Amino acid sequence: MIALLIRDLRLALRAGGGFGLGLAFFLLVAVLVPLGVGPEGTTLAKIAPGVLWVGALLACLLSLDRIFALDFEDGTLDLLATAPIPLEGVVAIKAFAHWLVTGLPLVLAAPVLGVLLHLPQAGYGWLVLSLLLGTPGLSAIGAFGAALTVGLKRGGLLLSLLVLPLYVPTLIFGAEVVKRGAAGMAVEVPLLLLAGITLGAQAALPFASALALRINLR
Amino acid sequence: MEFVIEDLAVARGGVCVLEGVRLALSPGQAVILRGANGIGKTTLLRTLAGLQPALRGTITAPPESIAYGAHADGLKSVLTVEENLAFWAAIHGTSGIEPALVRMNLADLRDRRAANLSAGQKRRLGLARLLVSGRPYWLLDEPTVSLDTASVALFADVLRDHLAAGGAALIATHIDLGLPEARVLDLSPFKARGGVIASRGFDEAFL
Amino acid sequence: MSIWEYANPKKFIETAGRILPVLLPLAMGFLLIGLVWGFFFTPEDYKQGATVKIMFLHVPAAMMAINAWGMMLVASLIWIIRRHHVSALAARAAAPVGLTFTLIALVTGALWGQPMWGTWWEWDPRLTSFLILLLFYLGYIALWQAVENPDTAADLTGLLCVVGSVFALLSRYAVKFWNQGLHQDSTILKVGEKDPLDPAYYWPLIFCLIGIVLLFLALVLIGTVTEIRLRRLAVIEARERQEA
Repeated sequence: MIALLIRDLRLALRAGGGFGLGLAFFLLVAVLVPLGVGPEGTTLAKIAPGVLWVGALLACLLSLDRIFALDFEDGTLDLLATAPIPLEGVVAIKAFAHWLVTGLPLVLAAPVLGVLLHLPQAGYGWLVLSLLLGTPGLSAIGAFGAALTVGLKRGGLLLSLLVLPLYVPTLIFGAEVVKRGAAGMAVEVPLLLLAGITLGAQAALPFASALALRINLR
Repeated sequence: MEFVIEDLAVARGGVCVLEGVRLALSPGQAVILRGANGIGKTTLLRTLAGLQPALRGTITAPPESIAYGAHADGLKSVLTVEENLAFWAAIHGTSGIEPALVRMNLADLRDRRAANLSAGQKRRLGLARLLVSGRPYWLLDEPTVSLDTASVALFADVLRDHLAAGGAALIATHIDLGLPEARVLDLSPFKARGGVIASRGFDEAFL
Repeated sequence: MSIWEYANPKKFIETAGRILPVLLPLAMGFLLIGLVWGFFFTPEDYKQGATVKIMFLHVPAAMMAINAWGMMLVASLIWIIRRHHVSALAARAAAPVGLTFTLIALVTGALWGQPMWGTWWEWDPRLTSFLILLLFYLGYIALWQAVENPDTAADLTGLLCVVGSVFALLSRYAVKFWNQGLHQDSTILKVGEKDPLDPAYYWPLIFCLIGIVLLFLALVLIGTVTEIRLRRLAVIEARERQEA
């Protein structure tokens, strides 16, 4: 299992596109929104939590199809399915690797982009914490979508259509944490719900994803 | 422990292609699968490897004993030969990729990235994976594609050693491997007639 | 005699052929009576005027938009557990019907909301939930169409329906949490509360509700029969290819 994690990280590092693309996209969102909305600090401060969360979500979405598609094409998935490690474990590890190369950099970069968007002082801690709790869930949910569409020729667009509705609860609770945190209100309820969704997705979805992979492999 | 197939029927794209396949493979034996293109050799091997469900029949094999060698080798082009092989060794919980590297004549190429290998070298690396899997029953789908004569002979030697060590192999191939002791199983008699429709055992055939 | 006998495609088509000639006129009859009664023979509301009569289309469509997804969930579970092809095809046939009802509910809601709330669209929890439901329907239908092998498609969409249902419920809860909203609660079953449904509207609405349930069943039956025939055609073609 560890070997699989190391291999996936190594592939992301050498092939490129893993870290860079998602981050660059996130930065683009944070630059384009003020250009579209206008430079008033108060307006930006108001929409900053939502924009940052939507940006992180879309950046996460960008690289989802790479989770399984490459391994499907070169036959690795066939061989992993017949290997002695459970496919559920493979899915969980690959989702974790996706989070390490996509989600974690987003979490780390978010405060910098918060500055660009005039996020109120009190919001930074909650922004990082909510992304830290939410993005692993995004990776697990995204892996499910990627597993559903792995055999399809033009799965990319379909993948977005399938995954984005599933992202709704995470987005709502995540952005709510930042919004309330920035306004100095209590954040316990949305924070706990966000953590609950992520933990639930991590625990249950690998089984559904592995099932979808087996269906697509046969 | 034997590898036994009884009254097996397999389907491709919802249509039954082979039925009534029976075969027993004991340690030390090799069986060559023959049959025209499209008869269902790959489908049969995938079913035996557990990648797709059988329509009917039983497959009895010791647990975790099958290594499947597909058309695609599952190599990552940005990893080196050594890294590729070490990954599969780790996945299968075996150690020591050195003998496999030497055996498949890859020792000099160990630090080269898979992207820079020739087709035949990639194939040898794919076959080396079988050695590090440590599993006794090899299911091979056209293992000699893009290998030159010398490499085919090398592979035949490896196969012979595997059989002598108590392993077994089921090989779909068109060329002569130079294994006179291998049995040949012609699949033509098992070709499904009348197109039995894949309905997974319920009374719901759509006809 | 078990209920699963109807999972046999042949038997299903036969039975559907016998039910439909009765079901379809019955559905139309109920709907016609309910709508005509509701539109022309009920008093106007003291607050909302004639616009209240959008209710006779809006409420039944909204109800079936959700129930159709529920039916798809049950049908998907039956397919996953018992592998009856008819069940998977019924789920497939129900999706476009559910999508249409969702659209009707959203459009009539906008038409109703404009004079009442002064806006075509409000990010109210109920409205937002229906918009999200629409996205779920779109994804489900798109996945059915994208996968070539019919059994694979049935398996994958079934899985999506089950997982999607969990997330749809979560979204409903999340959206409620996110905004408290303008939309009134359902008043049909709440007898004796302070702002009840006027008894004059009660019976025509019941007629419309029954009518739309029957219409839904009829449309799903027709859709399922069509899907079964398409599958049969594909099987015959596959067999001919193999024999050739």
